[in-house]
Amino acid sequence: MKSLIIAEQTGGQLSPMTGNLVAAASKIGGEIDLLLVGASGVAAAAESARAFPGVTRVLTSESAEYAGFTAENIAPLVVRLAGNGYTHVLAIASAAGKNLLPRVAALLDVGMVSEIVEVVDVDTFVRPIYAGSLLAKVRCAERVRVLSVRATAFPAVAAGDSAAPIEVVAPSGERGKSKVIGQQLAQSTRPELTAARIIVSGGRGLGSAENFAGTIEPLADTLNAAVGASRAAVDSGYVSNELQVGQTGKIVAPELYVAVGISGAIQHLAGMKDSKVIVAINKDEEAPIFQIADYGLVGDLFQLVPELSRAIASA
Amino acid sequence: MKVLVPVKRVADYNIKVRPKSDGSGVELANVKMSMNPFDEIAVEEAVRLKEAGVATEVVAVSCGSAACQETLRTALAMGADRAILVETDVELQSLAVAKLVKVVAEKEGAQLVICGKQAIDDDANQTAQMLAALLDWGQATYASKVVVADGNVEVTREVDGGLETVRLALPAVVSADLRLNEPRYATLPNIMKAKKKPLDTLKAAEFGVDVSPRVQTLSVYTPPERKGGIKVGSVAELVQKLKDEARVL
Ligand SMILES: Cc1cc2nc3c(=O)[nH]c(=O)nc-3n(C[C@H](O)[C@H](O)[C@H](O)COP(=O)(O)OP(=O)(O)OC[C@H]3O[C@@H](n4cnc5c(N)ncnc54)[C@H](O)[C@@H]3O)c2cc1C
Ligand SMILES: Nc1ncnc2c1ncn2[C@@H]1O[C@H](COP(=O)(O)O)[C@@H](O)[C@H]1O
Repeated sequence: MKSLIIAEQTGGQLSPMTGNLVAAASKIGGEIDLLLVGASGVAAAAESARAFPGVTRVLTSESAEYAGFTAENIAPLVVRLAGNGYTHVLAIASAAGKNLLPRVAALLDVGMVSEIVEVVDVDTFVRPIYAGSLLAKVRCAERVRVLSVRATAFPAVAAGDSAAPIEVVAPSGERGKSKVIGQQLAQSTRPELTAARIIVSGGRGLGSAENFAGTIEPLADTLNAAVGASRAAVDSGYVSNELQVGQTGKIVAPELYVAVGISGAIQHLAGMKDSKVIVAINKDEEAPIFQIADYGLVGDLFQLVPELSRAIASA
Repeated sequence: MKVLVPVKRVADYNIKVRPKSDGSGVELANVKMSMNPFDEIAVEEAVRLKEAGVATEVVAVSCGSAACQETLRTALAMGADRAILVETDVELQSLAVAKLVKVVAEKEGAQLVICGKQAIDDDANQTAQMLAALLDWGQATYASKVVVADGNVEVTREVDGGLETVRLALPAVVSADLRLNEPRYATLPNIMKAKKKPLDTLKAAEFGVDVSPRVQTLSVYTPPERKGGIKVGSVAELVQKLKDEARVL
């Protein structure tokens, strides 16, 4: 077995989910080569990547065409590398990973398995379907198995003091198909949603952007938590899109998830039901969120949430 | 500019599906089926491009059994001009759909294909990217805004850190995210009109592409149920439980 794992980096900073990716590849066994591409920062990220136990080699390719991590430019490189005897190609099921891997699979003419949550053996994987209401055990016996990995399902391997060799690989060239011309990335001093130990999420029950900020954020501050949201809260403009948790948003599994004014639609549960402890605050005692919450508090969130912030701050 | 919209027939998003009793797949007998919600958004976007005078024709295409005609009629009622059923009873996976739609896109001379970002049954999130790869076109996935001008399409994409705008030369493939638009309901007069719009059926077997499933489903099962917890009577009790029982504070 020989896996090629595609890690992400920005400005030399390795994605925090790299440890989860290494963990998934380690379950497959055999050699693990970690690929890093980018227009800059690749060498610095490679220094962090080489320290993961289990990583055999770090392959790097730094070139202008990898700016913006466009699939059109990266896929040909991965396809070329895949010819070197790789049995598996993996990436995290992040927006970037999900965008890239199917392009790679199609160019290789192989079927792909999305969002694996378990490695049963080298050909057999488990993945959620129907918004996570079912699990499917699938077999993929293609010559290269292309897999995206749900990070929360594979506890991260910690970087150690190993020093895998770093090899530079030739870039694949500008394909001229697409270009990133703008970015509006959220600036936040809070923990990142997918890496946070505690998440406070708000839903339509908040009623407005002002209420969301005035109610959810103080509690998140008190708990040093990340902020999340339901689709309804994002669609209504209370917060921006990158905070959406669910089937089509982020998949999270923190130690504590506090759902405030969220009804608990299956599409929302799909993104948070693997959290260790779930607290729900909702005025409707019949809300489906209470069926999965460890601790439910029925009542008006505008009264209960500030009270909770105060109680925790003084505890 | 001709716009092609691939639409999939899936179990309605309100339905709670179950595994078949032998665990070999998903029980879909007598389940309400609808157009994949992301594909409604894709159809809406294409129809708006036509209404804005940017697109000349909107063609909906669905791959699957004869029952997909119903899904195509919905697309026609929403404003698509024509529909194509690529008929097969083989279980189609994303790569197979991409191969079939590629043939249609080429034959039709489509300049833009707008897919849904993912089908809510298999949650694969693959077809648009695979189609773009096979056509050797640019791809803009997870679109929340689409602007066509001067032979290019500029797409605002929902990415992990926020939003990103990409510019692609046409022809290109776009996949629609939830916030691209609010799809219209098909009105009764439009449903009536849709019955008269052309719906052609092609046989997938005649496309000369390999549509066999590449990934085999061994079993389908329900994940371990999370057992419900308790209701607490007050904030004080909640804080005490979180500290002493759950030990997360
Ligand atoms: C294809 C598709 C994909 C989707 N993907 C996602 C996704 O990724 N993530 C997601 O979240 N949703 C997703 N959805 C939407 C999902 O179906 C629900 O519509 C959404 O999650 C509802 O959000 P909500 O719980 O905030 O709103 P609502 O369902 O309206 O619930 C609001 C809750 O707030 C409570 N409330 C109101 N006022 C108060 C108050 N003063 N105090 C206490 N409680 C109060 C109400 O009792 C209610 O339970 C998707 C839907 C589709 C069709
Ligand atoms: N059988 C199909 N017929 C037509 N379009 C499809 C079909 N399957 C998938 N698609 C399109 O591809 C998108 C993504 O599907 P998937 O890759 O299965 O998640 C869908 O939203 C549709 O636009």
